[in-house]
Amino acid sequence: MKRFALTLTLLAALPFAAQAAEFNQVQADKSSIAFVYKQMGVAVDGKFRKFSSQLSFDPAKPTAAKATFDVDLASVDTGAPEGDEEVAGKPWFNTKAFPTAQFVSGPVKALGGNRYEVAGKLTIKGKTQDVIVPATFTAQGNTGVFDGAFTIRRADFSIGEGAWAKFDIVANDVQIKFRITATSK
Amino acid sequence: MTYTKTAKALHWLMAILIFGLLALGFYMHDLPLSPQKLQLYSWHKWAGVTAFLLVLFRLVWRATHTPPALPAGMPKLMQFAAHAGHVLLYALMLAIPLSGWLMSSAKGFQTVYFGVLPIPDLLAKNKELGDLLQTVHMSLNLLFAIVIAGHIGAALKHHFIDKDDILTRMLPRH
Repeated sequence: MKRFALTLTLLAALPFAAQAAEFNQVQADKSSIAFVYKQMGVAVDGKFRKFSSQLSFDPAKPTAAKATFDVDLASVDTGAPEGDEEVAGKPWFNTKAFPTAQFVSGPVKALGGNRYEVAGKLTIKGKTQDVIVPATFTAQGNTGVFDGAFTIRRADFSIGEGAWAKFDIVANDVQIKFRITATSK
Repeated sequence: MTYTKTAKALHWLMAILIFGLLALGFYMHDLPLSPQKLQLYSWHKWAGVTAFLLVLFRLVWRATHTPPALPAGMPKLMQFAAHAGHVLLYALMLAIPLSGWLMSSAKGFQTVYFGVLPIPDLLAKNKELGDLLQTVHMSLNLLFAIVIAGHIGAALKHHFIDKDDILTRMLPRH
């Protein structure tokens, strides 16, 4: 009887085990990387139209998660064509010399509930900085959504040099907001 | 009969502000993107909000204080033209800052008064609508410039040709 109960428990656990598969197929059309910065006290937002990513996340083994993002900096959308042109230029991203920004994940901490913290390295314009990225993960069936935001200082990456280097017009802090949707096979 | 001190102060304060706003607006929109351009845009928006608040106060003042009458001998058609011109000036003083505020919202750059007081966005970010409102804002200002030229021309005509007190009664020390 005991053995029968154990078998039942195992059987009951099986569908769960099947669900706790690895989320690794990023759905580009349901994912976004956006940013918010302050221009003379006014919050202005923008986004990147193109980025590629590799991701593997198993809710049962969150610390083994890995993620790499490559953002096409020329795909920036600042909300104004003259802004897009300016930001692609030498003082800002210098996309001719540095076309992509890259994030590579390091250690992942589970903070309890659906909250996680990913330490990683962010490289923009040839400069690499350590960043801590908080994220939540919400799964529905075989689709999982990562949401999060973190703040970088543009000066750490020499984004906005020369006339733009002071922070009185464009603030130093830039918030990066992301939503990444991934499915499991 | 002359205007009240408050009416005169409002007239000349707004005249200075509006000349500054028009000149700045026509100058700044063609500049290449630079920190100065963004700064000028912010200043233009703050001055525009100020002008809008002043015209609201001015309309309340106008409604509660009867302005001096037009000269008795003025032809009916001229009197009508004078009133129509003033109505048009007030309408434009209201419509132009409103169109600028709506354009800012549609273009995704909220107006924050003096960088401190955010003015709510009535419209969501929408590129086509932003471009349309830019055309509206610009056209209204071209019309405004023409009507102001007519306003100044009429005042000078009253002073030098008709030799009446239309111009002098709006001067500060009269």
